[in-house]
Amino acid sequence: MNEKTVVANPESKSATQPQKAVYTSADISSSDYQRDLGSPGKFPFTRGVYPDMYRGQLWTMRQFSGFGTAKDTNKRYKFLLNHGQTGLSVAFDYPTLYGRDSDDTMAKGEVGRCGVAIASLENMETLFSGIPLDKVSTSMTINGPSAVLLAFYLAVGEKQGVPSNRLRGTIQNDILKEYIAQKSWIFPPKPSMRIITDILAFCADHAPKWNTISISGYHIREAGSTAVQELAFTLADGFAYVEAGIAAGMDVDKFAPRLSFFFNSHLDFFEEIAKYRAARRIWAKRMRDKYKAKDQHSWLMRFHTQTAGCTLTAQQPENNIVRTAYQGLSAVLGGTQSLHTNSMDETLALPTEHAVRIALRTQQIIAYESGVTNIIDPLGGSYYVESLTNKMEEAAEEYFKKIDSFGGVIPAIEQGFFQREIASSAYQYQKEIEAKKRIVIGLNEFVEDTPPDIELLKISTKVEKDQNQGLKKLRRRRDNNKVKRCLEAIAAAARGTDNLMPKILEAAKCYTTLGEIINTLKKVFGEYKEPPIFW
Amino acid sequence: MTNKIRVLVAKPGLDGHDRGAKVIACALRDAGMEVIYTGLHQTPEMIVNAALEEDVDVVGLSILSGAHMTIFPAVLKMLKSKGMKNVLLTGGGIIPEDDMPKLKKLGIGCLFTPGAPTTEIIDYIKTEVTKRKKSKK
Repeated sequence: MNEKTVVANPESKSATQPQKAVYTSADISSSDYQRDLGSPGKFPFTRGVYPDMYRGQLWTMRQFSGFGTAKDTNKRYKFLLNHGQTGLSVAFDYPTLYGRDSDDTMAKGEVGRCGVAIASLENMETLFSGIPLDKVSTSMTINGPSAVLLAFYLAVGEKQGVPSNRLRGTIQNDILKEYIAQKSWIFPPKPSMRIITDILAFCADHAPKWNTISISGYHIREAGSTAVQELAFTLADGFAYVEAGIAAGMDVDKFAPRLSFFFNSHLDFFEEIAKYRAARRIWAKRMRDKYKAKDQHSWLMRFHTQTAGCTLTAQQPENNIVRTAYQGLSAVLGGTQSLHTNSMDETLALPTEHAVRIALRTQQIIAYESGVTNIIDPLGGSYYVESLTNKMEEAAEEYFKKIDSFGGVIPAIEQGFFQREIASSAYQYQKEIEAKKRIVIGLNEFVEDTPPDIELLKISTKVEKDQNQGLKKLRRRRDNNKVKRCLEAIAAAARGTDNLMPKILEAAKCYTTLGEIINTLKKVFGEYKEPPIFW
Repeated sequence: MTNKIRVLVAKPGLDGHDRGAKVIACALRDAGMEVIYTGLHQTPEMIVNAALEEDVDVVGLSILSGAHMTIFPAVLKMLKSKGMKNVLLTGGGIIPEDDMPKLKKLGIGCLFTPGAPTTEIIDYIKTEVTKRKKSKK
């Protein structure tokens, strides 16, 4: 045996500031209960967005999932629903994320690889075949081409006899964080923001239960940011969307209640809980005081959480089950509305059924066995958690000032501010691991030589072939004159100011492909190019 | 060695995960190498042209999208056809153990997976480039 004692670093590098050994009432002496916390369901919502929280309804258990063809993924969705999952979350492959058809030259080798390939309404029909859309809510991680995928979904609903005003779900539709971190953009910022405000207006009228933007910190954090950067950059993006909606002439209370958020749940347990609490408070204050929203629903921040993929290790992958469990727990203690728990094998491949079932069961154990759902915001009033919540809020406010000094989020993106901040934090994190200032079990301590022996999901090369053959047949079968007219109508709307959504929906219904619609828009809007910066 | 090792760090295909590529680029730069970063969404052709133009010793590809079995061979073939037989093609990302021997057999260098320390990558590049420079003489 080669047992040894490793001393944990008391000044954990993931924490907001050097931590003290103990916190007392002196650390929150300036806090005021009604002003800073309030009851759950009451402004500023620090303690949670609903008065009864999980006593009324548990969070939605929503595993992000998609691979291969629509048929493969449909099978996985049914598996997850049969095992007690309560919502769907679609992972698209790279070609789909970039609005390219599966037979586009840039799509070669990428079809169905890290998500499901959806190039047309036909694929979307297969994806939800046998899944009644009035019974399930669906979240779609889609940004650049979100209008098109939303149109495909609405069209599937119509075919199933479910009108759009009864559909529940979310499109991520957060293009700002694409420029900042996730990097699956298509158009430049200005036309992208126009598409988003078109969607906000369309859904307010036709799909009032749809969450129109899921303002996401998840990818910012995965790209290497700190907790404070995730909090600040995500909220700054949120403010930018609100300002864009107002600038487009909409009443803030008409669209703000349908904005939702998406955060990462990383390693530092209490820091993450403080982050969610601070996020709710900052949002509520800004929405009421700065943007003058009057509807309480515009003030409250609802959010989805995913445990941190970047904290999982390829070494001793079973340990990832444990990491995910307490990351999931911190999201629940932080008051999340829905949760994805990562599978243990996700640093190696997309998850197998075996791995994803354990991940789902992890949520169920938190929900039904741990007892934490009985008490709302059980850490409220903790000297440490309240003090950390305050510190996170202050640090985020500092970042807001910095972003304002660039002239807002878009100029800051164009000057590479966020990209540099994140790259620098990511490099710092890696250096800390290599210097063992940050312990990662199985990676730089308690290392074992035996390579992991777990089953991995394989995606066959047949997927790309089958998908492209299907697309070819579809293009022959549909009414191509109608497709042409639809594309012309889209181009005309893009050049003018008509809302794009009805035109895109028309095109979707006659089986115009994703790539055809996006290429039409590219001709009017152009394409975004990122300056290659790594430092 | 008097001349700095020149490395092209490239993100091929549609993959947008650039955290690893940027961290590696910083680490190689701090280890005294000359690093050129292509940015995202490069075709094999763009990568090979950049390698030729920048006269690099090493091309490092970062692929987390699962497209490695298509992209590594395509870049290698093109490097060879443009006469860059001595350039080391290496990289990393989410690459299953099973795929490694197939890529190695084609003549692709070591591939690094999550958790690999940057020091290991630096050492590997230094050793391999020295070997190749000697064999050239």
